[in-house]
Amino acid sequence: MNNRSEDNILELRHISKYYPGVTALNDVSLSVRRGEIHALVGENGAGKSTLIKTCSGAIEPSKGEIVINGKSFSKMTPKVSEANGIGVIYQEFNLVGDLSVAENIFLGRAIRKGIVVDQKAMERESKKILDSLNININPKALVKTLTVGYQQMVEIAKAISQDAQLLIMDEPSAPLTNAEVESMFAVVDLLKSKGISIIYISHRLEEIFRLSDRITVLRDGQYVTTLNTNETNQDELVKYMVGRQLTEIYPARDPKCIKDEVIFEAKNVSGNGDKNISFKIHKGEVVGFGGLVGAGRTEFAELMFGVVPKTAGQFFFKGKEINPKSAHEAIEIGIGLVPEDRKAKGALLGLTIRENINMPVYHHDSRMTVINNKTEKENAQRYREEISIKTPSIEQLVKNLSGGNQQKVILAKWLAADSELLIFDEPTRGIDVGAKQEIYTLINTLVEGGKSVMMISSEMQELMGMSDRIIVLAEGHMTGELNREEFDQEQIMKMASKERED
Amino acid sequence: MKKVTDLLKSRAIWVFLILMIIFFTVVSENFFTSRNLLNIGRQVAIYGIASIGMTYVILLGGIDLATGSIISLVNIIAAYIMVNMGLSPVIAVIASLVASTLIGLLNGVIIAEVRMPALIVTFASQTIFAGLAFIICGGVPISRFPDSFLFLGQGYVGPIPFPIILMVLCFAIGAFILDKTYFGRYFYALGGNEEAAELSGIRVKRIKYLVYALSGFFAGIAGLVMLARANTGQPNGGEGYEFDVITCVVLGGVSVNGGSGKMSNVVAGVLIIGILSNGMVLMNISSYTQMIVKGVILLLAVGSDCIQQMRLTQAKKAA
Repeated sequence: MNNRSEDNILELRHISKYYPGVTALNDVSLSVRRGEIHALVGENGAGKSTLIKTCSGAIEPSKGEIVINGKSFSKMTPKVSEANGIGVIYQEFNLVGDLSVAENIFLGRAIRKGIVVDQKAMERESKKILDSLNININPKALVKTLTVGYQQMVEIAKAISQDAQLLIMDEPSAPLTNAEVESMFAVVDLLKSKGISIIYISHRLEEIFRLSDRITVLRDGQYVTTLNTNETNQDELVKYMVGRQLTEIYPARDPKCIKDEVIFEAKNVSGNGDKNISFKIHKGEVVGFGGLVGAGRTEFAELMFGVVPKTAGQFFFKGKEINPKSAHEAIEIGIGLVPEDRKAKGALLGLTIRENINMPVYHHDSRMTVINNKTEKENAQRYREEISIKTPSIEQLVKNLSGGNQQKVILAKWLAADSELLIFDEPTRGIDVGAKQEIYTLINTLVEGGKSVMMISSEMQELMGMSDRIIVLAEGHMTGELNREEFDQEQIMKMASKERED
Repeated sequence: MKKVTDLLKSRAIWVFLILMIIFFTVVSENFFTSRNLLNIGRQVAIYGIASIGMTYVILLGGIDLATGSIISLVNIIAAYIMVNMGLSPVIAVIASLVASTLIGLLNGVIIAEVRMPALIVTFASQTIFAGLAFIICGGVPISRFPDSFLFLGQGYVGPIPFPIILMVLCFAIGAFILDKTYFGRYFYALGGNEEAAELSGIRVKRIKYLVYALSGFFAGIAGLVMLARANTGQPNGGEGYEFDVITCVVLGGVSVNGGSGKMSNVVAGVLIIGILSNGMVLMNISSYTQMIVKGVILLLAVGSDCIQQMRLTQAKKAA
């Protein structure tokens, strides 16, 4: 692999990145040839983002070597990375909406005449770069007036104006419409013809086959393989991506706990980016929601939880139509949400475990708004023991707990509120393996105790290991529903990356 | 030992208060006399009472700049009802408190529903109601109220001036709401993380209504005490009061970022501002110098809070 290193613009050698308790990258090597489009694929959490961040200098690898144009570095900084010709187009653009296209392209490097910024020269230079990429934008236009697609073009032009030799594009098609994607492809092809190398990250396999020369697959922070695009196919690629066997971390549960009673039903529900979604959740059932990030699963949970109003369709809870207009109402009906972003949305970090657990029930357990201290303590103590939150005291502030224990506090809150349907959004993200298994056991205990669970997860193994049934969403549409005996990783992956037909 | 330092840290404001009392006692022989101390108590009663509502507002991460104008408006409304309309003080008191609470509620509704920054909403409402106070009385002060009303500001219960008793009562109620009712829990939750609070089932908008309404209500009581004490309703009587009130609350350790603070420490903040003003007057320090001292103290109080926050986030990043 190293025998022709002069042909490689970038070589990552044995890169590892460790976080406390988590190995994000484990001995990953990758080389990008001059002028090639190199696709990087893998499931969520496979390590793609971490890998590109080591190239851009956003994070420092724990081990390994980065070789750019034959120059070796043990770590990058954003400055060094830029100076060596690496440009990154992130999913979130780094643009200033109220400045013009030209000013954005030359942001921080304004062309000056004396002490005055030379607008004319910047506009002229910008025009040159945009023309060379066949992009038709007025350099004087304010960036905020441009469509997302054109904003992305400005980002690309900015990178090119800094003489980028290697462009890293992180899910560039995700925010774009189909027409915009085509224009973006055209620009990418043009860049390639100019000898610029591209690392292209995408979940959409069609795109990867359309654009790339080679494909590198990552899984669980490990390098799996690098394939020549014209020598492989989608099926083979998916196999490499999901590869491993189900491990034994998913505890078994009593299959008889599923009852015929339907707890929750959505009928042709639209809103918050989702369209025409229907499904049922039975008592004692774990229904997994699979799909890519941004497929509309969290958005659907927001509809169910009353955070965002639905625009069409009906919800039923135990056969009765419901229409929650706020989280408060949803909780009163019997729904609990364990959100994805635990720290930002789930736990009240500055309050104690006692206060967090009682928060949804204070208004029930109080007399004339005055809190009953005894009930409050008993509640907290009971659920702390029931789901074994590891803490010296219920008076501990939640911010001092580990991720797994914070997750348990949020769960305890819904047990206290007597929620019958629990929505878990990525329940084990950022939690170490031991705590993960505890969460799985808790989910089992919940459904065996007659509760129902909707589990949104982007981890294929978790989804298949825990669910009784899996519903797959792609771009706001339901693209599949599988019963346990039909579970198949490749099938789910395909459903999840299905492009909209209409 | 750790407990002692923790206690000192959480009650640093009381230590500061005691040191200040010792200082003024030493430099001025007129300071530590019962007459002067009661005088201080009467002086702080007005912004002390108003600071209770402001405490809730700042706990929520908001601000209420309308307090001063509400005080002025209450001055004029109550005076107008008693003098120009010749109605009983009871009606004047009730009408004033209803009006002040409604103004607060209006602020809260706009802040919650339109999602405008509290700073702008309450600043606009400050201007509007200051103007309204002038229009009602035509710019002319209104005076001479029934004795029964004057008791609010000038009365005594035994040796203790009534405003002090009223302030203690208000603080007791204020602390009760904050520590014993679930509304208090909601205030902390909402100030700490609005989104998480909402997803925990708290009706965030309603809590905002409530808190700004309470801020208006307590400002209303403060306005009545001021009116009774001065025996004259001035259309600009409360002008600038919001700044003294905010200073007291922030000095009392309520974080301007919301989510943390104690009512008892706000009491200390109120006393510090009162004693500082009084002590500096006794020392013949000019009112301009007093302004500088107060400004510096406000900076130090908020600064130390911000530095603490910064250290916390840095410690988190390191971990």
